[in-house]
Amino acid sequence: MSSRTVPHEHDPGTGRRNLRTGLMALVGAVAMLGMGFAAVPLYRMFCQVTGFGGTTRVASESEAARAAAEASGQQISIRFDASTAADMPWTFRPSKPTETVTIGQRDLATFVARNNSGKAITGTATFNVEPEQAGQYFNKIQCFCFTSQTLAPGQEVTMPVLFYVDPAMLNDPNMDGVEQITLSYTFHRAADPVQPASAG
Amino acid sequence: MATTAEGFDVHSDHGHDAHDHADHKPGFFARWFMSTNHKDIGTMYLIFAIIAGIVGGAISGIMRVELAEPGIQYLTWWAQFMGGGNDLNTALHMWNVFITAHGLIMVFFMVMPAMIGGFGNWFVPLMIGAPDMAFPRMNNVSFWLTVAGFFSLLFSMFVPGGSDPGAGTGWTVYAPLSTSGSVGPAVDFAIFSLHLAGAGSILGATNFITTIFNMRAPGMTLHKMPLFVWSVPVPAFLLLLALPVLAAAITMLLTDRNFGTTFFNPAGGGDPVLYQHLFWFFGHPEVYIMILPGFGMISQIVATFSRKPVFGYLGMAYAMVAIGVVGFIVWAHHMYTTGLDVNTKMYFTAATMVIAVPTGVKIFSWIATMWGGSLEFKSPMVWSLGFIFLFTVGGVTGVVLANGGIDDNLHDTYYVVAHFHYVLSMGAVFSMFAGFYYWFPKMSGRMHSELLSHLHFWTFFIGVNVIFFPQHFLGMQGMPRRYPDYAEAFHFWHQVSTYGYYIMAGSMLFFFVNILYALAAGKKAPANPWGEGATTLEWTLPSPPPYHQFETLPVITDANDYHDHRPVTA
Repeated sequence: MSSRTVPHEHDPGTGRRNLRTGLMALVGAVAMLGMGFAAVPLYRMFCQVTGFGGTTRVASESEAARAAAEASGQQISIRFDASTAADMPWTFRPSKPTETVTIGQRDLATFVARNNSGKAITGTATFNVEPEQAGQYFNKIQCFCFTSQTLAPGQEVTMPVLFYVDPAMLNDPNMDGVEQITLSYTFHRAADPVQPASAG
Repeated sequence: MATTAEGFDVHSDHGHDAHDHADHKPGFFARWFMSTNHKDIGTMYLIFAIIAGIVGGAISGIMRVELAEPGIQYLTWWAQFMGGGNDLNTALHMWNVFITAHGLIMVFFMVMPAMIGGFGNWFVPLMIGAPDMAFPRMNNVSFWLTVAGFFSLLFSMFVPGGSDPGAGTGWTVYAPLSTSGSVGPAVDFAIFSLHLAGAGSILGATNFITTIFNMRAPGMTLHKMPLFVWSVPVPAFLLLLALPVLAAAITMLLTDRNFGTTFFNPAGGGDPVLYQHLFWFFGHPEVYIMILPGFGMISQIVATFSRKPVFGYLGMAYAMVAIGVVGFIVWAHHMYTTGLDVNTKMYFTAATMVIAVPTGVKIFSWIATMWGGSLEFKSPMVWSLGFIFLFTVGGVTGVVLANGGIDDNLHDTYYVVAHFHYVLSMGAVFSMFAGFYYWFPKMSGRMHSELLSHLHFWTFFIGVNVIFFPQHFLGMQGMPRRYPDYAEAFHFWHQVSTYGYYIMAGSMLFFFVNILYALAAGKKAPANPWGEGATTLEWTLPSPPPYHQFETLPVITDANDYHDHRPVTA
């Protein structure tokens, strides 16, 4: 038995509608491709704003002054950790392994780096803090890690970092029980400018 | 000349000559290599998926045999066979190459081509009353891109990849192992394979979305589509939104590897954890892409063999949409051990558990569909029942693993391996076998043997459970993933697991014999071999359907309920 049927053959409308829907879908896919690449700067911004993953903050002089005004005299221990990447022929260590600082007061810590190789080497330091929720309260005013450092063969230098711990941490329940913050640096060999870093 | 089938004309080109006949097929090369016919492309996808499944399954066999005893038994031989050296490091790298190939093949070249490319291509146009896909030539491009991707992956096993030939990065291709950790072109070829397969899938997803939005038969509203048709555009949207993010991430891997960028290299200000975020933003939707079409098939089959409309049609359809949407905001539950803080873990734990709600709606609706139905335990139905049971087991361990605290302990153990094989190698695979036995008579025009199908089911069911259930114990006891060697204490359950593999591999003989039997001596299949419960449009066509169908569109009227998708007969 035959039902009601409609012929559809050679309907020019279907082809045009298909093309429009298909192109819209592909535009969506291309937009997501863009979002994939945009994730790189967005992720960096996200980490800097929230202190996610122990990302520390950079503070200005005025911010440091405001924090110092709020200092209540409570103290916290800071542990310093220094290491180098596997291909980095430097020794790198903190001058003092721990320091006790007043929360809100600025403090100057120093690290000592020495180039053990026979040629000049440029390094950049990466950094973060543990526990991770302390990242947003750990403020650096000046740091050797903001720029790359070049050491001549056999040269030994002392590298300063000027920092303070934001008193706002005292009001954060996530920071309850945190008695020590570890500041960690890793020196990486900067890419050789003549020859791009190989896959290896 | 007019081939009529239960209710309407298959085609209406009465005025044309024989060249326009609905069943006229082009020559061999033009038909199969330049195919634009959705049924032929679906068939090619299914054959391709079976071949890829044999390769991926054989690799898992090599791994299971190696794992039967502690120590390294056969890996050194395999490493030499593949052109490597005779030392332990080469053997261990070989292992990494095997797990990488097994994972990538099963995900990208077996499950996805079978579910979406195979069954989707075959039955979406038939079920919505469309003559073909919206973009038939793009359909062909999608298929051959997938094949090219498969060859790129196979080729990667024979070129240097770090210490020895092959990409040993795992299917996740995490940096820095995949960047500074794997010198040589093997990982580049593996990444390129993902680019090709991903491009093919994006084009395929575009095609399905367009077909389903624009080419439904008159009266086939979205809320009258069969649930299998619902289960294809949802993962197609997930593909469209998730795969480009993977493409971006692995493109950055390629530039990190070859052009000195530092997207994922901390020495240059990058972060390897960012790669994990990008990968799992794709990877979690990907697991739903692999299972949602299976949900759709199970809904069709359970309704057919219960002779009842599916319980809660709208709930079933929108549960799939909900699973797709929530699937995008739970990705970091794969990354609990990367140092997430407790609040982030709490969010991802809660969001992940929310997925159990729409999934539960589906499980209970399948059971409610069967409740009071006139059940008939034909081969597709027993595979569907197996699916419902095993997928639920995998879902329960999924709820366990969703907990950030418990996952700290179980992360990267065999418990996780058992979990995702219960939902994929038993969930997705059981639904594919259910769909295969359900539609094989329609696709081939021949009836398969019910006896062999049931034997296949029972031996396969026992085999995969013997493989994977003990892996829960191994994982709880601390056996880590991705290792070819282990402490003596793990020996017993590893050995049991390997016995399970032998049972499972043996059961596949029933499958292949069944196909050969059906093609050589199977009874001719009627248009609808499954009786009055089979109410979707494909059963109104002869088996196999004519080369071109629905040249006159069927009309679905308001008289049809959710269940009955056939045009009304006057």
